[in-house]
Amino acid sequence: MEDLQQFKQTYFDESGEFLAVAEAGLLRLAPGNVDLDEVNAIFRAVHSIKGGGGAFGFSELVAFAHEFETVMDGVRSCTIAVTDALVNTLIRANDILAQLLAHARDGTKPELGFADPVVVALRHHAQTAADAVQESPAPSTPVTNLPETVSRVVTVRFQPKADLLMTGNDPTFMLRALTHLGAAEIECDVGGLPTLAHLEPELLYLQWLVTLTTDASLVDIQDVFEFVSDDSLVEITEHSADGASPTASPSETDEAAGGAVTPNSPGGLAPATRTEATVATVAGAASPSQLALYEASAPALAAGDSKAAAGKSSTAGDGAHLNLGGHTIRVDLDKIDRLVNMVGEMVITQAMVAEHVRDLPPGQFQELLEGLEQLAQHTRELRESVMSIRAQPVSSVFSRMPRLVRELSSETGKDVVLITAGENTEVDKTVVENLVDPLTHMIRNSIDHGLEKPDDREAVGKPRTGTVHLSAQHRSGRIVIEVADDGRGIDRPKVLQTAIKRGLVQPGINLSDEEIDNLIFVPGFSTADKISNISGRGVGMDVVRRNVSNLGGRIGVYSAPGQGSRFVLSLPLTLAVLDGMVISVGLERFVLPLTNIVESLRPKATDLHGLVNRCDVMMARGEYVRLVYLHQLFGIPDAIVDATKGLVVLVETEDGGRLGLVVDEVLGQQQVVIKSLESNYRRLDGVAAATILGDGRVALILDVAGLQEMSQHARSPASRSVADAAIQLPAL
Amino acid sequence: MSKPSSLATIGSVRGDVVAAANTNEEQYVTFTVGNEEYGVNILSVREIRGWTPESRLPNLPDYVRGVINLRGIIIPIFDLRARFGGGTTEVTKRHVVVVVQVGERTRGILVDAISDILAISRDQIKSPPTMETGMVDSQYLSGLFTAENRMVTLLDVARLFAVETGDDEHSNQRALVN
Repeated sequence: MEDLQQFKQTYFDESGEFLAVAEAGLLRLAPGNVDLDEVNAIFRAVHSIKGGGGAFGFSELVAFAHEFETVMDGVRSCTIAVTDALVNTLIRANDILAQLLAHARDGTKPELGFADPVVVALRHHAQTAADAVQESPAPSTPVTNLPETVSRVVTVRFQPKADLLMTGNDPTFMLRALTHLGAAEIECDVGGLPTLAHLEPELLYLQWLVTLTTDASLVDIQDVFEFVSDDSLVEITEHSADGASPTASPSETDEAAGGAVTPNSPGGLAPATRTEATVATVAGAASPSQLALYEASAPALAAGDSKAAAGKSSTAGDGAHLNLGGHTIRVDLDKIDRLVNMVGEMVITQAMVAEHVRDLPPGQFQELLEGLEQLAQHTRELRESVMSIRAQPVSSVFSRMPRLVRELSSETGKDVVLITAGENTEVDKTVVENLVDPLTHMIRNSIDHGLEKPDDREAVGKPRTGTVHLSAQHRSGRIVIEVADDGRGIDRPKVLQTAIKRGLVQPGINLSDEEIDNLIFVPGFSTADKISNISGRGVGMDVVRRNVSNLGGRIGVYSAPGQGSRFVLSLPLTLAVLDGMVISVGLERFVLPLTNIVESLRPKATDLHGLVNRCDVMMARGEYVRLVYLHQLFGIPDAIVDATKGLVVLVETEDGGRLGLVVDEVLGQQQVVIKSLESNYRRLDGVAAATILGDGRVALILDVAGLQEMSQHARSPASRSVADAAIQLPAL
Repeated sequence: MSKPSSLATIGSVRGDVVAAANTNEEQYVTFTVGNEEYGVNILSVREIRGWTPESRLPNLPDYVRGVINLRGIIIPIFDLRARFGGGTTEVTKRHVVVVVQVGERTRGILVDAISDILAISRDQIKSPPTMETGMVDSQYLSGLFTAENRMVTLLDVARLFAVETGDDEHSNQRALVN
């Protein structure tokens, strides 16, 4: 039971990959740009999902995959012309398949008939193609299989190799399976039998010829022989429904079959790659001589595919798992996380040992010191390798964007080309996962607000098709992602006007171009004339900025009127480690994320100004900055109360505002491993997480936005005691 | 929750006592705070360690000492003396932390010293008397036990700091009761 569950999980994992392969292929598919390898890959992906689904009894999934597969089959045999409508249908079909998979995985029932429109569309494509073929069978065009509902007569020649029985296969299983597909007449050819004296009881000398009247597809018939395809020669020959046509002459069939396929050819495809059984099709009574090689390309495609899908087992065949290629393994993420944690511990322990060794008398422990130096080096390398295990190329996010652009392009009526670069830039898995939303928003924004309509573009002398560039690169220990469009750029007068109208900016204030551009990140700001489906509800760019800053990143915008705008997103490479500044207040130490820090300085008494008898604001670089006393906020005793004796760390909050944090001392910059406080305790105001410093002590990582909020609702002593009382209430 | 039953029957089946089902005896780790002796079910105790300096957490009641690093995970430390209204413990090197596991969560309880490990059968546990409101609520106690001449107060660790650790505690409790 558990084993089956495990296989199911593998199947769903693989199906996910197949879906991605299919979608990527479908998105590249366009009229006049039909790459047969791609088409084959899509067909193969759908077929594999269907095959595995059948093994687990997901009948709805299999039925739908079958419709999908039929059309893909038509595409790869060039009987179904690739049109935009077809591609759209296929993309929708891929989505439906994904949903059906999700239902199968969760054990839920899909809504009745939710796939029907797509099924109808698929059948329509398959049918028109079949009609077209029947009207004008072009001599050089291979012909597809007939519509599935028509009963056909198929002869199957099953010629197992003599040692088939040794592999544990029993030909009667296949024969019996054939009888389940339809009415079968089975003839046994005993011509191969030797005389009794020479008969080896363990060898198989028989061949069979089965005449099958069935409405099952050729693929279904092939599937019967799936497990013995390496150990036998199978020829499937199809006759038209009226049965008027004779079988293609044996020599012809053999020629075709022999040329295309030799089962068990030397160095042949390993079991994981399902070698297609030899299939030759006679395309109907009218032209028996134009023997179309139905799926004659299949084995070749299987070979090509096995390369493309290297490391993935293809169908649900037995032994498929044995041939994983050895290049990749699947590892549970938890295991990697544990490894990352342990390495984090090692880094801390190593720092701890190093601290103690520093106190030893110099010169006496030379070897110990050298060993320790090496240990430090190895630890660093180990940490890098471990982090690189979690690293993923951003292509998994980038690859979703063409789809988005395609949809937006048709929704807005703008022609858009998306050009991506640096897809292979690697970054920690958690960062990759968190990139999807910001990127989606940014690209939407570029297409909806940035790019002009084709006519408008032409009027200003630009090509009708707009371009959106999406690129990623590593820069000084961070990943920098850019979304650039060649649209109209930010309309500054309009932005300013809107901001004034919304009360975000005081009228009459002089703002620099850069400041105006950045107004689009202010919550509640939107310049769209009418609210569109895509963006313009004012929840776009401010959400992006918040998400990005939650990840410890920053976002900026550069715009040139009439030439386009460029959004630059900079993120840390990992969320497991943070660059922080260690500060102290009283006896406590805290870590401030480096991304928040602008500068730290010791104010002169003349810089400080009291508001209502308290030192509340400070003049820093020509601006008044509100001071927040960390010791007050956190109730820490024995801290430096006078800001002129301590230090003020200027921090920037996500809305671009500044705050002066008054602390005792800045101890230094350090990479820290982020630890959760919530897993054993709970969230605290003003605290983002915790970490362990070199001496093994815990330090809290400060949440600047939280601190700002706390300082605004500075709790009076009375309200605090109320809060404490609330905490002491019993659990009921 | 079930006031009448917890008061009425001796050794009434409380959630955490069910843990080791087939034997009637259960082992309790006992420790002292001042002159009082407390016990917790040994199954919930993960380890006992010497005192290591804590890092304070801001704006919390005095019985939340702070957090420490327990081999890479960060656990909160609660001061049992302060929890029961005896003021904050002045820690010395002799103080110990009992690390207990409740559900998925690990936490430490600061006590004066470890005293004993007692095997207590269920019918030896007496239910605590009703306490005045404002004192320790009786629901944190799973019962009283008399060992020689001492009285040992058996604590329900799941509930003791339940309020302090957020909402999932309720589900933890329910899981234990079930």
